[in-house]
Amino acid sequence: MSRKFDPGVAPHFPPQLTVTGVMQQVLYALLPGIIAYTWFFGPGILVQILLAVIFALLFETLMLKVRKLPLKRFLGDWSAVVTAVLFALCLPPLAPWWIALVGMLFAIVVAKHLYGGLGQNMFNPAMVGYVVVLISFPRVMALWLPPTSIASHSLTFGEVLNTIFTGSLSLGLSWDTISEATPLDAIRISLASGRMVSEARQSPVFGDFGGLGWEWIANLYALGGFWLLWRRIISWHVPVMMIGAVVALGLVAYLVDPGSNPVPLQHVFSGALVLGAFFIATDPVTCCTSNRGRLIFGVGVGIITLSIRSWGGYPDGVAFGILLMNMAAPLIDRYTRPRIFGH
Amino acid sequence: MMHIDHAEQARNAGEQVHHFHGGLHLRHNKKISCETPLERTPLPGLLIVPLLQHYGPEAEATVKTGQKVLKGDEIGCFAHLGGGYVHAPSSGIVQAVARRPISHSSGADGWCVVIEPDGLDQWKRLEPLTDWSDADPALLRQKIRNSGIVGLGGAVFPTAFKTDEAIRQGIHTLILNGSECEPYISCDEMLMREEPDSVILGARILQQAIGATRTVIAIEDQMGVVNRALKQAVESAGDDNIKIVKITTIYPEGGEKQLIQVLTGLEVPTGGRPTDLGLLCQNVATATAVAQAVVEGKPLIERIVTVTGNGIRKPRNLVARIGTPISDLVEQCGGYTNDVARLVLGGPMMGYALNSDANPVIKAANCILALTQSDIRPSQVEMPCIRCGECARVCPAVLLPQQLDWLIRNQQWDDAADSGLADCIECGCCDVVCPSHIPLVEWFRFGKSELRSLAVERKQAETAKHRYEARDARLLRIKEERRQRMEEKKRAIKDGAQKQQKLAEAIARARARQDRNE
Repeated sequence: MSRKFDPGVAPHFPPQLTVTGVMQQVLYALLPGIIAYTWFFGPGILVQILLAVIFALLFETLMLKVRKLPLKRFLGDWSAVVTAVLFALCLPPLAPWWIALVGMLFAIVVAKHLYGGLGQNMFNPAMVGYVVVLISFPRVMALWLPPTSIASHSLTFGEVLNTIFTGSLSLGLSWDTISEATPLDAIRISLASGRMVSEARQSPVFGDFGGLGWEWIANLYALGGFWLLWRRIISWHVPVMMIGAVVALGLVAYLVDPGSNPVPLQHVFSGALVLGAFFIATDPVTCCTSNRGRLIFGVGVGIITLSIRSWGGYPDGVAFGILLMNMAAPLIDRYTRPRIFGH
Repeated sequence: MMHIDHAEQARNAGEQVHHFHGGLHLRHNKKISCETPLERTPLPGLLIVPLLQHYGPEAEATVKTGQKVLKGDEIGCFAHLGGGYVHAPSSGIVQAVARRPISHSSGADGWCVVIEPDGLDQWKRLEPLTDWSDADPALLRQKIRNSGIVGLGGAVFPTAFKTDEAIRQGIHTLILNGSECEPYISCDEMLMREEPDSVILGARILQQAIGATRTVIAIEDQMGVVNRALKQAVESAGDDNIKIVKITTIYPEGGEKQLIQVLTGLEVPTGGRPTDLGLLCQNVATATAVAQAVVEGKPLIERIVTVTGNGIRKPRNLVARIGTPISDLVEQCGGYTNDVARLVLGGPMMGYALNSDANPVIKAANCILALTQSDIRPSQVEMPCIRCGECARVCPAVLLPQQLDWLIRNQQWDDAADSGLADCIECGCCDVVCPSHIPLVEWFRFGKSELRSLAVERKQAETAKHRYEARDARLLRIKEERRQRMEEKKRAIKDGAQKQQKLAEAIARARARQDRNE
């Protein structure tokens, strides 16, 4: 009375995590930041996210078909959605709809699938998409809004949609009246015209440390980031070293020349530093895999970001920092291989 | 200097608890099988005793069909790794020596001695050695070899080989491994709880057999009852050289190399053995088998088996004869539940799935694990690696599994070997944490077997090359010798001709002189 069984290979253990699970948790962790963003800057960002997600899924489907890969399995991994959301969070809230189209074309088709698809891409797709639109369309990418609390005109949802889809403002509005420089831009412009950082900080766009509104968004991104750390989706190495490098170098610069350098905390709470540190630089595919490698990677991104902010041609440098370090990651991995047990 | 420090550190094994890299906190699931005391499995209708129950090639049958055997009689023997035997688990008639499924990880059939028990369960004449403490260590090791004892933790490496090696290399500390780190398995825990005296006795005999001066018994920090039982047994044995150490339960802390690292802070060098550090590691159940072999003269014919899992109605530990069909054990545990899906020999992390429960209990069978569909991984949907590095974080051998996987798939064997493929202990940690559900361990097993066959091929090629070169050299030498001989001959001929000429000249001169004189 014997019984037959199907074979299987060890370990006979349910897996603890799935790729889909990783991606979904990253999205959950972004929610507080997105809510804060909407709260401070209006519903434009939600439209950007929606557009980017739609284009991302369209291009993903197209490329999966071309590459003859199973649609359900790969669309179901949510990786394209994560790319889209991270990309959209870098856009000005009123950017025209085709910005998302162009960005996702380069992110999903070029940076991701032409390099071999999920897990094979050398560069972070969201950052490739962002840098392409930033360099190609500098004018529209510079039209930022002030926080709604200090805005002279608060846009209705209809006006937001109209602007995004027609590219023009509603009657009676002009970009001069509704747009406002970001805090990083404000410092740049102010320094360029020979004023001190402290004078630039008189502008209403500044809050306690960084930009008004921006610092709260950064706080909530960090909250999401801590949750990812606690869930072991990301490791501490990249965010700590990246922010640490910016603070350390920023402090040196500030102590040497407080007139033309902001206090280091302002660097942390403006621009994309916190978002980049917890959500983008930590992208496993394009980051280093060993912990020692991640330390170097994080420091590298931090140094490049601060250098571009201080001396480069762009107000923020997180995206460039990440892409440049993506390039260095395989080499860093090669030289930070841990010593094997017993060797 | 470094070396002396290491030696000192090894000598202090167990004085301080260290850590190893990676590992996993797994759900223990051991309680379910520890609630009922040990019970013997009744004599089955047929005993199927595989001749491969040890590390290495099969033993050869020493009995023939129709032959009568007594319990404990030798029925097979092998010569490699110092040699050893397989014994009859009960008295009866040999019904066949045939190929049967043998519960080997390869899944292949193997030669078995099939015995029909006569029900008398009559022992052969036993030769107990009650005054073992006065015995010659060599005699103790001989007993171990003759009793067919192998590592009962699952690796089934012949114990006598390890003890002989210990004598050759000279060791100071015996480590008894009582930290069964795989979930579900509780046979060692039950053994230490119910027969602590026999474990301690085994430890003392082994210590004498290998010339060690102390013993460290490692148990998990969750085994409170075991700790008390062993301490009491040590006390009543009155041996001050046995120390019980509780170690943190992190899978795979019971792996030999990991355990040694936890107890000493030292790493067994790659390609080396614990004896290189002056240590010998044995499972607690092996120690008990040694005690029985020496003090009672009984060979290894039974072991404790944990029968457990959500697919078993009444999980428990049984003392089963080697050769008993696994289905008999399951039946004694109330049979399967309705949703049983997989039968595993060993634990969930490293055990192998059986095709059938008709397979016999073997010396390696520490656990029979019946799992339901929800316990095992759903039909594997593999995703591409996203390089998250979790596998490297948990790897106790400090390897980069995702890198190895890539090298193996691309058949870059030299790079894979350089990246430490051979150092993989197949613990399965990387596999369990992989979000892409890549069957990493399966790839590593494949890669390791490729490396081994590649090594054999290379050795053969090397031998062939040596032979070819030797032949070339030989031919060259022969040619040279021939040439030299020829030259000598030529010279000789030339010399001969000169001599003849000189002779002729001399004769001519003589004749001329004669002519003148005449």
